[in-house]
Amino acid sequence: MTVITDLGIAQIRDGFRNGRFSATEVASAFNAAVAGAGALNAVLVATPDHALAAADVADRERASGVFRPLSGVPIGMKDLFCTVGVPATAASHILEGFVPPYESTVSGKLWAAGAGMLGKLNMDQFAMGSSNETSAFGNVISPWKRNDGGNAALTPGGSSGGSSSAIAAHIVPAATGTDTGGSIRQPAAFTGICGIKPTYGRCSRFGIVAFASSLDQAGAMARDVRDCAILLEAMAGFDPKDSTSLDAPVPHWEAALSGNLKGKRIGIPKEYHAEGMPAEIEALWQQGIAWLKDAGAEIVNVSLPHTKYALPAYYVIAPAEASSNLARYDGVRYGLRDLPEGAGLQDMYAATRAAGFGAEVKRRIMLGTFVLSSGYYDAYYTQAMKVRTLIAQDFDKAWEQCDLLLTPTAPSAAFGLGEPQEDPLAMYLNDVFTVPASMAGLPAMSVPGGLSALGLPLGLQIIGKAFDEQGALNACLALEERAGFTARAEKWW
Amino acid sequence: MSINEVTVRKVANLARIALSDTEVVALVPEFNALLDWVNQLGEVNVAGVQPMTAVIANALRLREDIVTDGNVRDKVLANAPAAQHGFFGVPKVIE
Repeated sequence: MTVITDLGIAQIRDGFRNGRFSATEVASAFNAAVAGAGALNAVLVATPDHALAAADVADRERASGVFRPLSGVPIGMKDLFCTVGVPATAASHILEGFVPPYESTVSGKLWAAGAGMLGKLNMDQFAMGSSNETSAFGNVISPWKRNDGGNAALTPGGSSGGSSSAIAAHIVPAATGTDTGGSIRQPAAFTGICGIKPTYGRCSRFGIVAFASSLDQAGAMARDVRDCAILLEAMAGFDPKDSTSLDAPVPHWEAALSGNLKGKRIGIPKEYHAEGMPAEIEALWQQGIAWLKDAGAEIVNVSLPHTKYALPAYYVIAPAEASSNLARYDGVRYGLRDLPEGAGLQDMYAATRAAGFGAEVKRRIMLGTFVLSSGYYDAYYTQAMKVRTLIAQDFDKAWEQCDLLLTPTAPSAAFGLGEPQEDPLAMYLNDVFTVPASMAGLPAMSVPGGLSALGLPLGLQIIGKAFDEQGALNACLALEERAGFTARAEKWW
Repeated sequence: MSINEVTVRKVANLARIALSDTEVVALVPEFNALLDWVNQLGEVNVAGVQPMTAVIANALRLREDIVTDGNVRDKVLANAPAAQHGFFGVPKVIE
């Protein structure tokens, strides 16, 4: 008997078209799964009516033979996306009570493609974090447990941790994510799912709460490569409302999926052999190389000499953009207002922002304000933007020798909630392998490769040239076919 | 370079974030640790390198200078914490 909540996008879409089940049955099954998974804290606002309304339309259209690309498919929506009439908080108190009167372009495209929404998903506050511990509405818990007999609650990664936890727990078949420095790929790796960040500009940023605009990019998260291709195809496309939107046709990624890598050269960047990297991560990387060879690819060693500077440059540029973007939270137009007795306008701003932002958000706004301030701008911000040019040039040079890059996604398996939080720097190192591609605007995808000694998922990352999402998807498909990753978290919630 | 409490207070003021004395004290070492780490960027030889302006070469578009949106005052004000008489309400700015 088919358990509907175990099906992915392609299986739901095809099963619905073939009349194996109705869209309403699908939506109801996932709505029930969401309602029963409160212990994961992955969902901030459940939207069962949205999912059922889309399902009703799909069922009625099916009766007259009309099918849209995602007819019958319900998904989860990261709470960074504005959807009309449903609260959007970016997991911050400062946006509590905000109900968007407009629709993000990406979510609008998904509804037009026939999808419905199961809920708004928890995340790190303003997408700033790698463990989901900065949410103002509590940690998201990973469905995974270590196999050491302990019962430690683990992080689902971040910032798209509600998305990764919900997908791994089978309470949604797929979800949107956003990635500024690794926020799709690292949580995907930590929970044994797939996640793709497309080329910067593929998905419109309109209606997505801004963090660092030159880096922010929406992407797809799901349990396999094909589902990511389908979802991304529905999300991507030119939007005149986003000045950096790519005016280019969206390729038919799903139709062109192929795990045959004959003629492809895969680069192995030597700088990603990070000091102190666990042996099991290194071993998985070597296994990935063997899998890609088996798929017909040629392996070449390449160098990306400025890799070690990507993370510190990111922690100048992203906070700088955040300090500017988050200046809009002033207690005047939307969200929280804290007006102390007798306070003037300036005091109201400062009190509102003190009360509304979490500690990590304040830390980054302060850091960004500092690096942009008079006397420090050139030493920090301009220098970081020059280093960013060098990082992008490293990739350009690598592309003279290879078509794609293979790296681990994260330097470790998922850690316990609360474990490295004490030191913000240790937390930032989570993104050491994902940040460089973000800095260069390149498409990059994480696919599950295997399990750690403690029974936790580990991910492999493929980085592609600008516009070559297809190359990344295909190489990930080749890895997926060979990894045979079927492990899943045992239900405890 | 080392950051002190005076600088932290100045930055907090620029960022319009009220900080308690305890928060200021706690932020000083955190800020210094982060800046020490970021300072490694100074090692990179950037002679002749232009700062990045766009990750993907993408010309900024122009459009006709016409109104494409508007007449949505109530929607704009719907989320305001203190909308009054069709305006955003703020505390008195000028005595």
